[in-house]
Amino acid sequence: MEFLMSIIVGILFTCAVYLILSKSLIRIIIGTVLLGHGSHLLLLTMSGLKSGSAPVLMDNISEYADPLPQALVLTAIVISFGVTAFFLVLAYRAYQELGTDNMEQMRGTESHD
Amino acid sequence: MINLPLLPILIPLLAAVILMLFPKHIAAQRVISIVTAIATIIASAVLVAAVKQNGILTVNLGSWPAPYGIPLVSDMLSALLVLTTSIIVLFVLWYAIYYSDREYESYFFYISVLFLLVGLNGAFTTGDIFNLFVFFEVFLISSYLLIVLGGKKGQLRESIKYVLINVISSALFVAAVAYLYAVVGSLNMADISQRIEALNEPGIISVIGIFFLIVFGLKGAIFPLYFWLPGSYHAPPIPVLALFGALLTKVGIYAIMRTFSLFFYQDGGYVHIVLGALALLTVIIGSIGALAYRDVKMIIIYNIIIAVGVILYGVAVMTPDGLEGAIFYLLHDMVIKAALFLLVGIMMAIAGSSHLKDMGGMIRDYPWIGWTYFIGALSLAGIPPLSGFIGKLLIVRGGFAAGDMIGPLLILISSLVVLYSAMKIFTNGFWGTPREYHGAKAHLATRLWVPAAALILIAIAYGVGAEAVRPFITQAVEPLVNPAIYIDAVLKE
Amino acid sequence: MKKTNDVILQTVTKIISFIIILFSIHLFFAGHYTPGGGFIGGLMTAAALVLLLLSYDIKTMNKILPFDYKRMTAIGLLIAVLTAAGALLFNVPFFTHAYDYFDIPLLGETSLHTAVLFDIGVYLVVIGITMTIIQTIGESE
Repeated sequence: MEFLMSIIVGILFTCAVYLILSKSLIRIIIGTVLLGHGSHLLLLTMSGLKSGSAPVLMDNISEYADPLPQALVLTAIVISFGVTAFFLVLAYRAYQELGTDNMEQMRGTESHD
Repeated sequence: MINLPLLPILIPLLAAVILMLFPKHIAAQRVISIVTAIATIIASAVLVAAVKQNGILTVNLGSWPAPYGIPLVSDMLSALLVLTTSIIVLFVLWYAIYYSDREYESYFFYISVLFLLVGLNGAFTTGDIFNLFVFFEVFLISSYLLIVLGGKKGQLRESIKYVLINVISSALFVAAVAYLYAVVGSLNMADISQRIEALNEPGIISVIGIFFLIVFGLKGAIFPLYFWLPGSYHAPPIPVLALFGALLTKVGIYAIMRTFSLFFYQDGGYVHIVLGALALLTVIIGSIGALAYRDVKMIIIYNIIIAVGVILYGVAVMTPDGLEGAIFYLLHDMVIKAALFLLVGIMMAIAGSSHLKDMGGMIRDYPWIGWTYFIGALSLAGIPPLSGFIGKLLIVRGGFAAGDMIGPLLILISSLVVLYSAMKIFTNGFWGTPREYHGAKAHLATRLWVPAAALILIAIAYGVGAEAVRPFITQAVEPLVNPAIYIDAVLKE
Repeated sequence: MKKTNDVILQTVTKIISFIIILFSIHLFFAGHYTPGGGFIGGLMTAAALVLLLLSYDIKTMNKILPFDYKRMTAIGLLIAVLTAAGALLFNVPFFTHAYDYFDIPLLGETSLHTAVLFDIGVYLVVIGITMTIIQTIGESE
C-alpha cells in the first residue's frame, strides 16, 4: 500500500510541477493545490499506513492507528484550503486589475529601469 | 508564572481577536494595537530577565508531557528575538499610524500586523517542528494580506509571485516534516535531536537537512532562492516593507540556526559546508544588487540579502565566536533594517518617488533626517562603536578561527559595498543641489522621523552598550553549541 | 442573470439542510469521547449553509440568517483563546483542561469538560471562515 501511495505522490508532484510551470494563472493555482495534496499524502504515507481502530481509548481494542499523522494532515489541509481560497480571490482581483492572467505579461516592476 | 514564554504570543493574539470585532473603528484599532505592542514588549522583557536568571523555560501546552505534547521553549536566543521583534512592531505601528490613510487602515491592517507578531513570536518560541510550520503559516498568511493591502497594480502582480513562492515552500515544508517523521518518529525538536543521535544514519539525515535548507532558504532568501525577494518587497508600502525586511527573512535564519544546531550536526559538517558556500554566494549577489540599483528601496532590499549571507556565514562556521557574532549581527540587523526602511520611507514621502534621480539636497530642509540616516548607514556598515561592528568582528574572527580565509575577507569587502551603497543614498539624496519637493506626504516628515530616530537610538545603545549585552548573547549561544542543554531543558520531566 | 427554476433543489434543500444541521450537532457532541467534534461539526453545518446558499441566493440567505460571519469568526476565536487562557488563572500550562462529573436532571451523571467550550469556539470559527470564503468568492462575480 505504501508503495502504491508513493507512486501516486510522485504523479501528483509531477503534475503539480507541470501545471505550476505553465503561463495561465488558474493552472498555476491548480498546480499548487496538487502540490499540497501530494505533500499531505506523502505525510500520511511516510508515517506508515497502519490499520487499527480510531485512537480513542475503548474496551476490547488492542490496535490503534497512529493519531499524529492524521492530526498533522488535517492541520495542513485546513491551512492549504485557506491559502488556496485567498489565492483564488487574489488571482481574480489581479485579473480584473491587470486585464490578463498570463504570467508572461506580469513580469518585472514598472520602477525597475 | 509558568506560562511566561506564552505571553508574547497570547497578548497580541487576544488583542487581534478583539480588534476583529470592530475592524472599522480606526481610533480604537490604533490605541489597542499600540497598547498591545507595549504590553508584548514588557512581557518579553520580563521573559528575557527570567531566562537570564533561571535558564531555559518550557511550557508543555495542555499539560501533555514532552515529547508527546507541544512544548514552548524559551531559551535566550528565542527570548531575545521575541523582544526585538516586539520592539520593531511597536515602532513600525507608530510610524504606520501617521503614514497610512484611513481607508488603508480600515482593511484589517492592525489586525494583520498583530497576527504577524503572533506568528513570529510563536515561530521563535515553539519547540515542535510541526508547530513551527503552523506558526510559519500564521505569519505568512498575515503577510499575504499585508502585501496585497492597498491593491495597486504592481502590488497585485508581485503578491501573486510572493504567495506562489510561499505556497510551494510550505508544501515542501510539509514534505520535509514527513521525511523527518518517517525517519525519527517524533516531532518534538529536542526528542528528534536525541533520536537522530541514537539513529546514527548521517546519509538520510543529510538529505533531510538539505530539504530543510531549501525550505528555510526560500524564507530567508539565501543564494539561489533569493530571486523572489527584491520584486516582492518592492511592492508594499513602507511600514509593511519595514516589517517584512526586518523580520520575515530573520525567521528563516532563526529556523536554520535552530534545526542545524539541533538536528544536522553529526555528519561531519557536510551540510554546514554547503550552507557556508551558499552564504558567501548570497553576500556576493546581494553586493552586486546593492551596487547596481539607484532606487533607494532596492538598495536597502539588496542589503537585506547581504545581511542574510553574513549571518548565515557565522552560523555555518559553527564556532562559538561565529555563532555569537551571528546572533549579535542578527539582532542588530533587525533593528537597523527597520530603521533604515522607515527613514528611506520618509525620503520617498518627501520626494514622492523612490528613485535617487528625483532626490537631492534634502539636508537643507531636513537636516535631522539626514544625520539620522547617516548614523544608521554607518551602523549598517559596521563602523565602530556602532552596533554592526561587534557582530561582524566576531563573525570574521570565527571564520578565521575555523581556518577559512576567503569567507572573512569576502565579508569585510562586503562591508565596504554596504557602506558605499548606503552612502550613495546619503550623498545623492541629502547632498547635492536643493530642489523643491511635492511629495503628497512631505508635511508628515517630522512626525514620521520620531519612531525611526527612536529605532536608531536603540541601535546606538545596542552598539555602545555591547559590553552589557554580551552576557545575554553568550547565554544564547550555549544551547546552539551544546544541544544537550536544550534537550535536557525540554525533556527534563 | 436569468432566474432559474430550481423547485426540486429548493424543496429538497429545505428538508435536507435541517437534517444536516441536526447531524452536525450530533457530531459536535459526539466529539466528547468518540470521533467528531467542533471542527467536523462546524464544517458540516457550513456545508448545510452552503447548500442553502446554492439553492437560494446571497440576498435571501442574508435575510434568513442575518449573521456577520467575520464577527462570528472573531467571537469563536475569542471563546477558544479565552478557554485555553483560562488555564493561566490557575497557573497551570496553557490549554490545560478541567473536567468533572455532575448529576444533571434528565441526563443522569454526565461528565462536563472545558474542552466543550473550546470546541464551541472552533465550531463558530469553522462556520465563520467557510461562509466568509464562500461569500467573498461568490460576491465578486
